[in-house]
Amino acid sequence: MYVAVKGGEAAIANAHRLLADRRRGDRSVPALRLDQIVEQLALGVDRVMSEGSLYDRELAALAVVQARGDLIEAIFLVRAYRTTLPRFGYSNPVDTGAMRVERRVSATYKDLPGGQLLGPTFDYTHRLLDPELAAGADVAEPARRESEAEPMPRVSAILAHEGLIEPDGDMPRDHVAGDITREPLEFPMARDIRLQALSRGDEGFLLALGYSTQRGYARNHPFVGEVRIGEVELELDVPELPFAVPLGSIRVTECQMVNQFKGSAKAPPQFTRGYGLVFGQSERKAMAMALCDRALRASELGEDVVAAAQDEEFVISHADNVQATGFVEHLKLPHYVDFQAELDLVRRMRAEYDARANAGPVDEKREAAE
Amino acid sequence: MTDIATYNFAYLDEQTKRMIRRAILKGIAIPGYQVPFASREMPMPYGWGTGGVQVTASIIGPDDVLKVIDQGADDTTNAVSIRAFFRKVANVAVTTDTASATIIQTRHRIPEHPLAAGQVLVFQVPIPEPLRFLEPRETETRKMHALEEYGLMHVKLYEDIARHGRIATTYAYPVKVEGRYVMDPSPTPKFDNPKMHRSPALQLFGAGREKRIYALPPFTDVVSLDFEDHPFEVQTFDQPCALCGAENVYLDEVILDDHGGHMFVCSDTDHCEKRRADPASPLWEGRAGGAGAGDQAATPATPIPALRADPPHEGEGKEAQ
Repeated sequence: MYVAVKGGEAAIANAHRLLADRRRGDRSVPALRLDQIVEQLALGVDRVMSEGSLYDRELAALAVVQARGDLIEAIFLVRAYRTTLPRFGYSNPVDTGAMRVERRVSATYKDLPGGQLLGPTFDYTHRLLDPELAAGADVAEPARRESEAEPMPRVSAILAHEGLIEPDGDMPRDHVAGDITREPLEFPMARDIRLQALSRGDEGFLLALGYSTQRGYARNHPFVGEVRIGEVELELDVPELPFAVPLGSIRVTECQMVNQFKGSAKAPPQFTRGYGLVFGQSERKAMAMALCDRALRASELGEDVVAAAQDEEFVISHADNVQATGFVEHLKLPHYVDFQAELDLVRRMRAEYDARANAGPVDEKREAAE
Repeated sequence: MTDIATYNFAYLDEQTKRMIRRAILKGIAIPGYQVPFASREMPMPYGWGTGGVQVTASIIGPDDVLKVIDQGADDTTNAVSIRAFFRKVANVAVTTDTASATIIQTRHRIPEHPLAAGQVLVFQVPIPEPLRFLEPRETETRKMHALEEYGLMHVKLYEDIARHGRIATTYAYPVKVEGRYVMDPSPTPKFDNPKMHRSPALQLFGAGREKRIYALPPFTDVVSLDFEDHPFEVQTFDQPCALCGAENVYLDEVILDDHGGHMFVCSDTDHCEKRRADPASPLWEGRAGGAGAGDQAATPATPIPALRADPPHEGEGKEAQ
């Protein structure tokens, strides 16, 4: 009559086999190739690279297909692989001012050096399902023009000339940038560490928190100073060589949020800034990150910490979706032993409760802990 | 991409192992203190035992014999999965026999069979901070530990008594280690707390998601928090194991039908199977007569109290009654 939970090994193996089957689906439908995912589901791939913290389109595509399109699962696959890679050095800071820009918009200036460049955006599309896409219609080549040699300085550099916007800020000469994948998080954290955590934080979580700041929970009057998407060069200092070695280029999205600030005991009235930088093309994430970054600077700027988005421990401890999904989903693991302990306690307390109820009213003056 | 599947012995690279071993050594040097460590993403999800797996991966060698239990059982799916992981990445011998294991990784239980010197018990820990549910901020709780400010915990336990007439914590019952740090014993039922006290085995605790490691070196004092007039007590069961007749062991309730029928069986499957295979063994102290054998009040406890020759105060040792 008692059937012990035997045969776990066979059950697991069979479950994996069934999972592989369901992942592949109908065998008469051609299997997805990784290049199809890289090319045609590029923004999903970008999210996996960004929150997986590994810039490799092909591996991200593999993760997406292996995870059956579950992006958080794909991010987890990429993270678990990334953590095994040796760390041979840290690149120099990327210069986003020298970005080969594909899109750049500013909401604060109608025109600015380098101009506004819409690029490949959904912004002004009408969200009408396109049956032609399902029919596999041909897609026209994009329009091309000669690029202007005009540089495209970051909008923060433009405003800075008037002294009305806070500067980039300097780190002490001997400051070594932190690495959240190599050191345990400690609170309160330096901004470089915080930005790393935000950059790999869950898009949905940061989106909701950023949204909450707009709706009045730590409102800080944001303007998009600039969003830019494009390729930046990566360079590495090699001790043996007198010059930085180019490693190649990566595609990133950068958001400079400009926020009104009335001033406090710590800082004069000026425009303050929130910053977002993520792998690939993801304006939503970069903008949400910038809103959260600015909100999290509350104590640095002498603002009252009143809302969730300003609370560093709250935001950073819960932003990582691989951690969050693990801990939420672990609830389905067996907890028989603890449940048994609680069951026993509730039974005893219940028996006492029933006994008291049956015994009628008791002396109210008894000490609680008697 | 063909080189993706090649991993180091026991999965973690040697640098990472060294980092984790340093954290373990620090933990051993300061029993009960939570040492932050740079926890890695593991190929299983957070919450599935990534902390325990990292600790095991850092201490395991080719000659080790590994046992993995979850809820006391060797055959629960996650225990099976973790055991298979180490068999694959470290090619070590595995066992279900408590006595012959050199490393035992566990979730939620301590084996009934007493542990011996030389064995290592590795706990998987979800929330390492015993004060977390009283104070959610890490910055605050670290300060409280530093100042040995544990009044809040005593107030919580007192409020339990005021409200419920007893301390209403049944698992993850807080302990004080060597008279200094209050420690979360991981969500083991409080039944297992006395087994931690002066255990000859090394006990290591790994919390992967929360990035903390802590340790109890062998023969460390581990005292469950209580009050003089409300001494610590472990769970007792009214009936013995329905399969092997064991008493004074932790039991799981198994639902038999939908009319409220149930039975109680050992949570420690290895212990239960051994008793059934060899009822005459002197290990059971002549108490293997099957269900209903022996008078519970007159029966000595399972061999565990032998490890606890010197209870630190009256509250400890209640389970031997």
